[in-house]
Amino acid sequence: MMSTIQPRAKSNETLPTGGSEPVIEISGLKKSFGQQEVLKNVSLKLFNGENLVVLGKSGSGKSVLIKCIVGLLNADAGTINVFGKDVNGISRKELTPLRQKIGFLFQSGALYDSMTVRQNLEFPMKRMKKDIKDKDLEDKIKEVLENVGLAEALDKMPSQLSGGMRKRISLARTIVVDPMIMLYDEPTTGLDPITSGEISSLIMDVQKKYKTSSIIITHDIKCARSTANRVIMLAEGEILKEGKIEDFENSTDPFIKSFFE
Amino acid sequence: MTDANKLGPRTNIKGFTAHHSFRLGNHAIAKTEEAGNFLTELADAFLFTVRVIRETFSGGFEFKEFLFQCFQVGYKSLPLISVTGIIMGLVLTIQSRPVLVDFGAVTKLPGMVAVSLIREMGPVITALICAGKIGSGMGAELGSMKVTEQIDAMEVSSTNPIKFLVVTRVLAATLMIPLLILFADGLGVMGSWAGANIKGDVSFVLFFSQAFSHVHFMDLLPAVVKSFFFGGIIGLVGCYKGYNAGRGTESVGIAANSAVVLASLLVIVVDMIAVQITDMLK
Repeated sequence: MMSTIQPRAKSNETLPTGGSEPVIEISGLKKSFGQQEVLKNVSLKLFNGENLVVLGKSGSGKSVLIKCIVGLLNADAGTINVFGKDVNGISRKELTPLRQKIGFLFQSGALYDSMTVRQNLEFPMKRMKKDIKDKDLEDKIKEVLENVGLAEALDKMPSQLSGGMRKRISLARTIVVDPMIMLYDEPTTGLDPITSGEISSLIMDVQKKYKTSSIIITHDIKCARSTANRVIMLAEGEILKEGKIEDFENSTDPFIKSFFE
Repeated sequence: MTDANKLGPRTNIKGFTAHHSFRLGNHAIAKTEEAGNFLTELADAFLFTVRVIRETFSGGFEFKEFLFQCFQVGYKSLPLISVTGIIMGLVLTIQSRPVLVDFGAVTKLPGMVAVSLIREMGPVITALICAGKIGSGMGAELGSMKVTEQIDAMEVSSTNPIKFLVVTRVLAATLMIPLLILFADGLGVMGSWAGANIKGDVSFVLFFSQAFSHVHFMDLLPAVVKSFFFGGIIGLVGCYKGYNAGRGTESVGIAANSAVVLASLLVIVVDMIAVQITDMLK
């Protein structure tokens, strides 16, 4: 498979399908862990209102890419402009207002085990919107739970929820603070095909209802088909191809073909 | 012929072959790596401690979480500490009584038990029990939060996880463990009174007045001071091991286990240093 990886197409680097304003602009991003170079030279743009799907094999650096965007990992080189501000190497104090505009759905859901669903949803709200009134908080929590179809789970503990329910609650916790950008880290991994389809629909609903711009990390082709406005394929720390989902499906590259078969 | 040639081929000099040389080299490399890893861990632990201290005094204290952790560390440890304290005093009395009877010094029993408990046995044994219960609990809890990305989720929710998770736990342990130790000391003396009454008949008031007439301020002060250090160490080690756990589920067990081992070892070492300092001050 190594030999099938081709350099990224030079022409028409970006194919915006949302607004023309980039909300995230990454240039020459490099990240290594010890001797292992995970991201070699990644440049991409996320345009306002679009869903950008990042495909790639496990270990290709997809999750590392979005963790660099949100400042959970510091890049070794390159720039990551989020709403025009470079997040790479800035202080926690400067990062906090930017993080309030970004929602991050973790692969494992990352619900706080020791808290109920209500407390999980209250946690980011109380910290990001400190002056929020109790009534508004309650209304907002009910609204997002209804949006993910789990209004009845309000007082349950995460251990009482199924995998799909945990993902939904995690999504609710992410959208409760009205983020402008959503980063989804393998949102359908470990779920059955029906629940995966429901999560993909929810991603589309979030885009429409909350007018978010999203990066969706996945290797689930069904999820990519139903959510992508634009697709990027990462391979060995570099962007292998960028385009619409149809371009990938019609590709003659054996590596890309093997992904879509 | 030279002297070397007289001894035979080089590889056979004193039975030391090229194979031995290769093994020795590998052994030396492995030991060097181990020493390097130890120094790296030591540096990490130091930086973690500095960060925790800095975050403690940098404002925005998580008071509600601190109270919750005080409840978890203090109140929830009471049953275990109560049983330990009573048994400590009871056993010490039952073991010491025959010897004191032989020396005709049985009247000194309450004072001896009280001084032993307050100076040494109470703080050390309670701290070791707390290292097992509280240190491992913190290591496992933070370790599992790390593995399931809950700490990362906290970070992206504009919450400083060191401030919220670590500072509150370390301070709760620093404050609550000395209180647990004093509580265990008190119950230990009561256990001792119960032990003295198995083969004798001593009134509660007489036993306690005898016990505390031998306890001086300089018995209590060093014990209380070192208890704060024990609490801080248990909280810090538990949090450090949990916060720096690896990514797999196996690392949760490793974090909990190593938290207990390291915290217990440090409690013993700090106790030894504290005893030396107290001895010098007397």
